[in-house]
Order: sequence, then C-alpha cells, then structure tokens
Amino acid sequence: MTKQYEFKAKGLAYLLVAPQMIIVFVFFFWPAAQAILQSFFLQDPFGGKMIFVGLENYTQLFTDKSNGYGQSFVVSVFFAVGITVLAMSVSLFLAVQANKKIRFQTFYKTMLIWPYAVSTMVAGVIWLFMFNPNVGIIAWVLKHKFNIEWSYLLNFNQAFILITIAASWKQLAYNFVFFLAGLQSVPETLIEAAAIDGAGHGLRFRKIVFPLLSPTTFYLLVMNLVYGFFETFPIIHQMTAGGPGKSTAILVYKVWRDGVVNLDLGGSAAQSVILMLMVIALTVVQFRFIERRVTY
Amino acid sequence: MKEHSKIQRILPHIYLWIGIIIIIFPIYFIFVGSSHTSAEILAAPMPLKLGPHLFENYRRALFEGTSNMGTPVLVMVKNSLIMALGISIGKIIVSLLAAFAIVFFDFPGRKFCFWAIFITLMLPVEVRIMPTYKVISDLGMLNTYAGLILPMIVSATAVFLFRQFYMSIPREIAEASQIDGATPMQFFRSILVPMTRTPVAAMFVIQFIYGWNQYLWPLLITTKTNYYTLLIGINRMLSGADVQIEWQIVMATTLLAMLPPVIVVVLMQKQFISGMTETEK
Repeated sequence: MTKQYEFKAKGLAYLLVAPQMIIVFVFFFWPAAQAILQSFFLQDPFGGKMIFVGLENYTQLFTDKSNGYGQSFVVSVFFAVGITVLAMSVSLFLAVQANKKIRFQTFYKTMLIWPYAVSTMVAGVIWLFMFNPNVGIIAWVLKHKFNIEWSYLLNFNQAFILITIAASWKQLAYNFVFFLAGLQSVPETLIEAAAIDGAGHGLRFRKIVFPLLSPTTFYLLVMNLVYGFFETFPIIHQMTAGGPGKSTAILVYKVWRDGVVNLDLGGSAAQSVILMLMVIALTVVQFRFIERRVTY
Repeated sequence: MKEHSKIQRILPHIYLWIGIIIIIFPIYFIFVGSSHTSAEILAAPMPLKLGPHLFENYRRALFEGTSNMGTPVLVMVKNSLIMALGISIGKIIVSLLAAFAIVFFDFPGRKFCFWAIFITLMLPVEVRIMPTYKVISDLGMLNTYAGLILPMIVSATAVFLFRQFYMSIPREIAEASQIDGATPMQFFRSILVPMTRTPVAAMFVIQFIYGWNQYLWPLLITTKTNYYTLLIGINRMLSGADVQIEWQIVMATTLLAMLPPVIVVVLMQKQFISGMTETEK
C-alpha cells in the first residue's frame, strides 16, 4: 500500500492545531487537573488555607451516610435508565410508523423532529407549567377528576415520575432522528424477501430490522445514558431543586449544590473527578465502537 | 393481502398523531397561557381557549420584562444570540483548522493532539463546572461574552465530523495542488473549505442550538442582568412564590426563547439530519 500524500510543513501544522489545543488545555485539562488536585485538599470557603487530606474527600462520599452520595448515585441510575428505556422505546415505535409508506410522511417527520431544538431547560419549564400544583392544568385534572393528591414537591414518587417524563420528552426527537435514519438504511429487498417467505410484521421486525438497527440502538443507548446522567441538570434545577428533601438530587445537581451553594470545594471536586471518569469511560467505549464500524 | 387492509393503513397515522399530540399539547398550553392575565391562570383551571391579552403580553415581555426582573426579552435575545453565534462560528473555525492539520499534515505529536482533543468528545460542561468556573474567574472572564463562549467550544464533535469528511477526500487533490505550486493554506482556502460547505452547514445548525440552549454555564458565570441569556431570565422570573409570578409573561418569554432554534431546525432540516447522523458513523 502506498502511503497517502501528506503536507510536510510542520510549523504550519502546529499553528493550525494550536487554537483547538489551547482551548482544550485551558478549559479542559487545566480545570481537570485542578479538580484532581483540589479533591485531595480541604479548603475553607473563604479562600483561606488548604489542608492536604489525601483520599478523605472520596472516602467521605462513600462512607458518610449524611452526605447522601450513595442515595444520589442510586437515584441517578434509576433516572438515567428510566429515561433511556422510555425515550428510546417511544421514539423507536414512532420511527417505525413514520418509516412506513404512508401519506404526509414529510409532515410527520418535521413534526417529530423539531422538538430537538427545545432546550432541556425549556422542557422543564413546560412540564412545570402543566404540573405545578397551583396553576398546572394537568395537576388540576389529577386533583379534581381523579382524586389524586398531587403535590410533587412533597411526594418523591410523583417528583421522580414527573422529571423522568419531562427529561424523556425532550429526548424523543433526538432518538427519532437516529432511529429513522437507521431504519431507512435497512434494505427493502430483505424485508420484501421475508414477506414473500411468509414472515409477518412482528417476525420481520424482530429477525431483520432490529438486528440491522443494532449499531444505531447501541449508539443511542450510550448517548441516552450520557444525557440522563449528565445533561439533565436544568430539569432538576427548574422542577424539583433536588427535592423533596434531597431525594431527586442527581449526581450533576449534587456537584453543583455542594460546590456553589454549600461551598464544599474539595467534596465537589472529588465528585467532578468521578463524573469525568464516567464520561471518559463512556466516550472510549463509544469511540472504539464507532472506529470499528468505520474501518470494516 | 392482509398487509393492505384498511386498518393496517390507518393505524400508523393514528400512532403518529398521538406522538404529535404528546409533543404539541404542552406547547399549545403555554401559548394559550400567554394570552391571559396572571389572575386567570392562577384561578385554576386556566382556560383552554385563546384569551384577549396575547399582543399586550408579548409586547410587555419583549420590551419591559416582568416586574420582579426588569430585563426585557430583547436584551436577553441579544445575549443568547451572541452566545449561540459565538459558540457555533468559533467552534467551526477552530475545528476546521484542527481537522485540517490532523488529517493532511504529518507532524510529531499528531497522535497526541488527536487523543487530547477526542477525549473531550462527549464531555458535558456539567461534570467540570467548579474547576472551569475557577479558571474563568482567574482569567477575569466572569460576566463577559468570552467567558460565556470559550469553554463551550471545547468539545470535539465538530473536529470529529470534519475529520471524517476530510478523510473521505482523495489525497490526489492535495498532491495535485502542491504540484501546481499552491501552498497548503491556498489549498485549504480555495479547495478544501468550499468542499466542506455541507458539513459546515450541518455543524452550524447543531452548534447554534447547543449554544442557544446552554443553561448551567451562564447560570454560573453571569450575575449581572445585562448578561442574562433568555433561559437564565426565565429561571429568574420563575423564582418566588407561585402567586407573585407573572405566569403569562413567563409563558410568552418561554415561547420566544424556543422560536429561534426551532426555526433553524425546520429551515435547515436536511443539513441538520445529515450532520447528526454523520457524526454517529
């Protein structure tokens, strides 16, 4: 194999890659290093002296019950998995319908894709409007037509269901775009052949479409988990503020509250380090997988 | 054949309409809300038909803001726009250059640069807020547009997309341009960038929306109201007791905040979809 042609101007190459590298170093590696450093120290909130405490900030997270990290971890897992299952199944179902040979297909697609542009924060506000115990229309219906004592600010189950639905609602369009693209790349001849062989809709989906869709599904699985774990801060901040109590304070919300509100810098830094490791692990898994698909 | 029975043909439409209603109903609800007075909304259940105060509410939202937070929407639109455009354009330029170097040049440390950039591929700002905040504050960038924009340019999505695209371009073009006496930069400007138009458009849509919809970062580093973005403004309007909130203005502001990114997605749907699914491949 001949080597591909490449420019040799080394100086120019460094110049070209410099802006990106500077940004990555100043706004990622430097803060990451600081977070790691900070996580080994105890600092008083008023910028005073730092005391080296070794791994104490980490061990405290996992051993000190009053810290609530374990509980936050558990609720985050349930939240992220709940979003992933709900958002992926609904959007896969809708994508399968939209992929059928039906009229108004373009209209349906546009109607289901545009919510991608709605921010997570706005999604939180929208659902807050509907479920606010005082002004929400659905809250009113639940209370007066179904006799449900609706007060999600006091009831964990209600709060959890509400944030899960709101966060999943926001993610529908994203998943829909990818599932639809995946479905469109399934060769029609395969499906027709199966149909001629007498396979019904369900069988064809299970045996042909779903396996061929598995790369998309895997990709979305990782992206939905990343979303659920790390990008849902606005929903919690806007809708429940971590309440009732601290019951819906997911990991990213806790990092923010411990750092910004409680000014526990060491503890917050230790949490940041753990979160970064989680994201980087997921990125590497995803990246290996993507590269493999590109090569073969 | 059973395949073509009437029910089989109608069912998908029904399912899709249910999906659309799930998506639209909440939006319709805010739209209606933004046409009533606060008192009408607070006297639950609020009416489900359009009220007479639509224009008045939007005029107030745009030019005056709520009484508990006097910043009008127009000021916040400007801030959101600067942030979204700064992030999208900045990221595209920086990423085009970096991807060009990584794909077309042979230099020591290339692999290192590659991994240093790609480790940030999916890294949301949420996981590194406190340390990044400290950096920005050390650099004196709190309450500045640079502080709002620069940390958001970090993630590698755009470099990744452009790299994929560049790798699909036959190298003979680069070689030929050299034989013809063009410098690498001339090749970049006159050949490569014009070829990259479609991925650039796709990236623009995705990054504009990403920038417009940032929440946690501006929440942290903007304390002066004249730097508030729309989403921060909405959050501030909603703080306080339920009875004091001017719901109709908040609802109008929420709809206005949704509008620009939605318009971008609808108008550039094709580029947007290709951009999203290209990064995945």
